[in-house]
Amino acid sequence: MSWDDAVASSIVNEYKHLAGATLPILHALQENFGYVDKRAVPLIAEALNMSKAEIFGAITFYHDFRHEPAGSTIVKLCRAEACQSMGCESLVTHMKDIHGVEIDATTKDGRLTVETVYCLGNCALGPAALIDGELVGRVDEELLDALCTGKSHERIAG
Amino acid sequence: MSTSIKIYVPRDAAALSVGANRVAVAISAEAKKRGVSMEIIRNGSRGMLWLEPLVEVETAMGRVAYGPVTPKDVASLFDANFSVGGEHALGLGLTEEIPFFKNQERLTFARVGVIDPLSLDDYISHGGFAGLKKAVAMTGAAIVQEVADSGLRGRGGAGFPTGIKWKTVLGAEADQKYIVCNADEGDSGTFADRMLVEGDPFTLIEGMAIAGVAVGATKGFIYLRSEYPHAYQTLLEAIRTARAARWLGPAIGGSSYAFDLEVRLGAGAYICGEETSLLESLEGKRAIVRAKPPLPALKGLFGKPTIVNNVMSLATIPWIMANGAKAYADFGMGRSRGTLPIQLAGNIKQGGLIEKAFGVSLREIIETYGAGTATGRSFRAVQVGGPLGAYFPESLLDTPMDYEAMAAKKGLLGHGGMVIFDDSVDLAQQARFAFEFCAKESCGKCTPCRIGATRGVETMDKVIAGDTSKLALIDDLCHLMTDASLCAMGGLTPVPVMSAMTHFPDDFNRAPKRMAAE
Repeated sequence: MSWDDAVASSIVNEYKHLAGATLPILHALQENFGYVDKRAVPLIAEALNMSKAEIFGAITFYHDFRHEPAGSTIVKLCRAEACQSMGCESLVTHMKDIHGVEIDATTKDGRLTVETVYCLGNCALGPAALIDGELVGRVDEELLDALCTGKSHERIAG
Repeated sequence: MSTSIKIYVPRDAAALSVGANRVAVAISAEAKKRGVSMEIIRNGSRGMLWLEPLVEVETAMGRVAYGPVTPKDVASLFDANFSVGGEHALGLGLTEEIPFFKNQERLTFARVGVIDPLSLDDYISHGGFAGLKKAVAMTGAAIVQEVADSGLRGRGGAGFPTGIKWKTVLGAEADQKYIVCNADEGDSGTFADRMLVEGDPFTLIEGMAIAGVAVGATKGFIYLRSEYPHAYQTLLEAIRTARAARWLGPAIGGSSYAFDLEVRLGAGAYICGEETSLLESLEGKRAIVRAKPPLPALKGLFGKPTIVNNVMSLATIPWIMANGAKAYADFGMGRSRGTLPIQLAGNIKQGGLIEKAFGVSLREIIETYGAGTATGRSFRAVQVGGPLGAYFPESLLDTPMDYEAMAAKKGLLGHGGMVIFDDSVDLAQQARFAFEFCAKESCGKCTPCRIGATRGVETMDKVIAGDTSKLALIDDLCHLMTDASLCAMGGLTPVPVMSAMTHFPDDFNRAPKRMAAE
């Protein structure tokens, strides 16, 4: 759903009682809206009695929090050493050269976001990716072709 | 119902990543079609990850394994009477007789892959809570002594004696103390924490409760990385179940001790594996590393005395309490006592989890367990201990897996992860990546790490482009980062870089040859 201050406020209120509530709040906002809008900063700062600088600082420190909405499918592709040893970088090149899909970006049609992640804990079955929250091992060009062209594939849930 | 057929299909994320859910659905559908009554149990993984999805059947002889199973194989498995262990092309015989599994010493992972991870009955019937029951009848000092006597050292990588850490927290006076579990398993090539949490979460809960009883802490936090959504769901459900059965709460296990737990998700920052950075993050701040002292044991979470231990350390505590410190210390070598859950990963034919007593050689793990590379090309390098660990060549493979022995070869054991590379790897690129990773993940507090990593990338680019005179600069930069960084992030980034330069010098001298050839 698109950003809504009232909904955001109610989410903030739901979690503000927790000790060290910043991350739980940010995760809940992103879960709901797909990103954390900059309008969240004063809301959280007010609720937690922290400065806006502290909240802005926290949001920008962590790689997870997006500053704008992502595509409707989110692929987190592992590019750490274990997946490097199984050729993950050639997959990055393949997506770019064959499909024009850049890593750490969203396609113009808003359908696909591909993000770098460092380790999904699936290091014996690499290359690994998290596709809309589902872990996929032994990722290959065929699977990425399906993702990039919006075709169905038995290894992608849904 | 007692004659019902029991089929095990793992729910471990690695097994799911190669289709375990689709296999479970196919088995269920086929059973229905054939009018066979079966109970499908979603267990953790046995750790033989190249065989996933590994389907097991309970027989009078023991559990019989088939794998790797795809949905297409399911009908033929039924035709072969797999439910009584019938012969099939995918048949592997008795699970516990498979050499990869049989030759392990599973203490911390004793129940993983065996039980239904979310069944308290299963947990208890396999020895669960025996350690906690002993602990609640002991004094805090006696529990801490038991942990110290076991020789257990922090499994997160630093190898600090767990007993000493606990003793410091026990001795601290405070109105509130905390137990924090570091489940921010960010090292590439490691997945032991994830497998344990997904395969036997009550062990971690029990270990944390024992820690709470020992030092007088009533509250615990598990800081789990957000890259592990399956582990997160398992932990949430396990904590709910444990609380409902009063293994967490105001009177744990019917004792006079109170202990409760919360899981918190990280947010994609590698630095949060560093304990003080993790505490800052739990407090809701930017995860900037703290200077020590004060030690977290004295001023930790929210300024209170805090035990920060890795998942593996805490999950080993129940075994130590139940079986005694001596039984644990009887495993291992030198000052590395007990067992190490080794994770064999990367370009390897038979990857997975191998729990062995300290002292096994890298070669035995790679050659006997791993059976060579996945690509079939020749072995070139292994990085041991995550992104901050050394790259070792073939000539160092006889090094035993022991904290001191690895350090003697200018490497580290870390969290026990091993990433294998075949002969297509370019170690100059890997050295560059070590700097790049540090630049991306540095918290930014200290200059050697923040600036050094960026300069390292730039300088490595020049080396890769052919200016080998810059290698002296890399060497100098590495010394500076080692000596002057605040924490292990900047301090150990030189380990992969220097090991690559030392053991694979040819890779740093390639460009001129390329140019000469043109």
